[in-house]
Amino acid sequence: MNPRLSHPALMLLGLALLLCLGRFALPEALIRLPEPLILPFADWINAVFAFLRDDLGLMAVTRAFSGAVEFCLDVTANLLYGKSRWPRLGPIPWVVIAATMGMAGYALAGWRLALLSAGTFVWIAVMGQWKWAMETLSVIMVAAPFSVALGLSAGTLAWRFRGVERVMNPILNIAQSLPHFAYMIPVVVFIGVGPKAGAIVTIIFSVPPMIRMTLLGLRAVPPEIIESGKMSGTTKWQLMRSVRIPAARTELLIGINQVIMQSLAMVVLASFIGMPGLGQKLLNLLQSLKIGLSVEIGITIVLLAVVLDRLSKAWAMKQPAHLEPGATWAARNRLLLIWLGLCAAGFALAAAHPYFAGVERKQALSLAVPIDAGVDGFIRLVTPLTDWLRWFLITWVLIPLRDGFLWLPFSAVLAFIAALGWLVGGVRSALICLAFILPIALSGWWDRAMITVYTVTVAVTIALLIGLPLGLWAAARPNRARRFLLLCDTLQTFPSFIYLIPVVMLFGVNDVAVVAAVMVFATVPILRFTIEGLCGVPPETIEAAEMSGAGRAQLLWHVKLPLALPTLMIGANQSIMFALFMVIIAAFIGTQDLGQEMQRALSSTDVGKGLVLGLAVAFMGLMADHLLTGWAARRRKAAG
Amino acid sequence: MGQNDNVISCKNVWKVFGDHPERLTGHLKPETTSEELRATGHVAAVRNVSLDIARGEMLVVMGLSGSGKSTLIRCLARLIDITDGAITVEGRDLGTMTETELIDLRRRKMGMVFQSFGLLPHRTALENVAFPLEMRGQDRISRIARASEMLNLVGLGGREGYFPRELSGGQQQRVGIARSLAVEPDIWFLDEPFSALDPLIRREMQDEFLRLKGMLAKTIVFITHDFDEALRLADRIAIMKDGAIEQIDTPERIVMAPATPYVAKFTSAVDRARVVHAGALALAVEGRAIDGPALPAIETLHALARRILQDDRALIPVAGRDGVVTGLIDRAAALDLLLGPAA
Repeated sequence: MNPRLSHPALMLLGLALLLCLGRFALPEALIRLPEPLILPFADWINAVFAFLRDDLGLMAVTRAFSGAVEFCLDVTANLLYGKSRWPRLGPIPWVVIAATMGMAGYALAGWRLALLSAGTFVWIAVMGQWKWAMETLSVIMVAAPFSVALGLSAGTLAWRFRGVERVMNPILNIAQSLPHFAYMIPVVVFIGVGPKAGAIVTIIFSVPPMIRMTLLGLRAVPPEIIESGKMSGTTKWQLMRSVRIPAARTELLIGINQVIMQSLAMVVLASFIGMPGLGQKLLNLLQSLKIGLSVEIGITIVLLAVVLDRLSKAWAMKQPAHLEPGATWAARNRLLLIWLGLCAAGFALAAAHPYFAGVERKQALSLAVPIDAGVDGFIRLVTPLTDWLRWFLITWVLIPLRDGFLWLPFSAVLAFIAALGWLVGGVRSALICLAFILPIALSGWWDRAMITVYTVTVAVTIALLIGLPLGLWAAARPNRARRFLLLCDTLQTFPSFIYLIPVVMLFGVNDVAVVAAVMVFATVPILRFTIEGLCGVPPETIEAAEMSGAGRAQLLWHVKLPLALPTLMIGANQSIMFALFMVIIAAFIGTQDLGQEMQRALSSTDVGKGLVLGLAVAFMGLMADHLLTGWAARRRKAAG
Repeated sequence: MGQNDNVISCKNVWKVFGDHPERLTGHLKPETTSEELRATGHVAAVRNVSLDIARGEMLVVMGLSGSGKSTLIRCLARLIDITDGAITVEGRDLGTMTETELIDLRRRKMGMVFQSFGLLPHRTALENVAFPLEMRGQDRISRIARASEMLNLVGLGGREGYFPRELSGGQQQRVGIARSLAVEPDIWFLDEPFSALDPLIRREMQDEFLRLKGMLAKTIVFITHDFDEALRLADRIAIMKDGAIEQIDTPERIVMAPATPYVAKFTSAVDRARVVHAGALALAVEGRAIDGPALPAIETLHALARRILQDDRALIPVAGRDGVVTGLIDRAAALDLLLGPAA
């Protein structure tokens, strides 16, 4: 690093050290921000929201919007699980829905996806979870199109007007690092609780990726395609509709895929604001520690996530293929005809036997008893280990570390952060980092924030210790690397809530379980980017090093790792983001950090407090992001 | 070629990229140098270009990459707005046209072929060709009929339902050519249409292009960086360097009488015998004796090489298409051109 730049950074580091060493002599004001300096952000936000709601009449707007959403929800609810609302057609027999999903899988990607997709829905029906799953799906079916439409329009605006993009970008940055709960509180204030609120929070939460992908897709259309459109005499509108948007098809469909996955993650969590469905069931079962039943629900959620992800990705990747000339109408519409035939068969089956219309509770299969037995046996087996691990971690690692983080004077933390910023990007980065961290101190939630930081630090450190060696091992062979990447892909589609099931199972409800859940969730991106970084090293470079006589260890240390480092940093960055999200979700199994306060804000519908806490989390994430991506960019530039 | 029959005219056209090119409008003079522009944070992609393109003429614009030829053709189609000067198309000022007039012009008068084809990936070959017709609101039946006709013309009959990614590069460019011709344009722009193709296909497409050109009377602006391609196809060649036109002339005169050292260097590797026609080398008769068979004036020396070698007359007569002798070729000069100067 540049010695001229590192000089002030070193001084700041020294200052941080000095503040720690001389803590006993420090005035109280440098250890914790004195009370009078703490700014009532929450009250200000509440005042703004009250103004928006009462004086600006925003309530009327949100009512109108939520009315439209509610109407759509009623329609899907009627069709999918027979809620008695217009159009009073449903419920559609489960065999028909399973056949339809299977057909979608076949049309998009062939037999394997058809089997997976139909099989998932058969599993849901046979296990007697049909109603919950349909409650969840009915919300996604409404929320995802709304999100896509909103994202498409906002993305187009941002693409068309630079000013809009300039305003939108920082908002998106913050929005994508706000934890899920921060979105829920304002929605509860404006809409209340229940499926409608669940749908709306889902819509809001899943818009940002669509905006980003729209912007990206429209930008990436090759200029010659646009010019050829113009030379074909298109008006501006024709150019947009017939050239730009179809040419950006793949990016837009990947946006839709992300919207669907975000919707699923949110809909499951929206059980906290009274959204019925799989999420609520899982929450109740986890809280009463019914492991077998929660594993069943967990399997369903995971299967749904995988199916929805594969289907929408297959749609994005599907390329049109030509038909033989002179094909008959039946040949051209083969898939449609098969589907209609399957549906007719399904309806006939449902009419013939009620089992195929809907599986009654008493007819449902359950694996809960064998799972419980298996888990009990397993737990009995590992209890000595987990108990010891829990004891060891709590007594020797977690509590001392937590106390250590809480012991730090806030002034020392500020100096340390500024030093890091200076190291990475000079005075500008130092100031940016301070701008992120100072509001947290000013908000008065310093202690809670430090507990969050401690949990994340511990979890990410362990994640690094596991993910890096595992990634190194996995990247050693191309086949193994591919299999591991597929595994990471699949793990990343799971809604974060799912990760809580095994840790509650193993460790019960305590700090160790939280750290374990966060750690597992945070290991996935590290593993993934380690493999991608190592496999992304150009083969010529490796060959050149081998021809220079580098041994395997030398190759790893002197060639592969340095070149993979920027990618690794991105992995670490994403890992921290994931950890922050997870630590907040894990709050409901008992933490004392920002997440727990956020749950309190949620139950007392305190918008100001909720948003302040959410922003505190977001700022921590953004600061880590600034430091790590800044550093990775510098490394990459230096490497050329 | 009367002054009135110019389809496209450029007068002192400039296209400047940079910080505030709009401020330069009206301030650019022929003698403005790159250094002056660079000092204000600008780069000229097209500098002070004046040229006329006659009806039915084929002008090939040549230059290395970055010489501004692609920018120039985009100015002619007003895909980009020029910084200074004026371009008229069929007597109308392109710069002052409204959006609607411009769209109308493109829908009826202009067609363009692109280097990387610019096909719409989600439409079949037929739908791509029908696209300009669809945009101008032609009904479905007639546009499909017209598009199939165009695909047959470029030899892609039977591939109507294929998507671009299912076609080879040469086939994709045939679709691009069919699309550009679908509206029966008077003006045909081709921006390095064959550069992305491999050499064998390129040759094949050039032959195809010459066939189409013979069938359709169009004013053509053709961009290429391949001098052999230019010589094969052009009525006139414009050679560009750093945004300016170095020389604009017939292929023969470009080769035989380069206007600048740059053009001379550019053409130095060209086999002159393949460019120069017997007629161009002919001297006036001036009462000298004419006897024996005459060489056809429109053939290149390369095509006549055997006959010139075997002919032992010092001066060989040259005759036009009608058989009337128009001049005499100095056999020694012709051999110099064919074989290189005697050592």
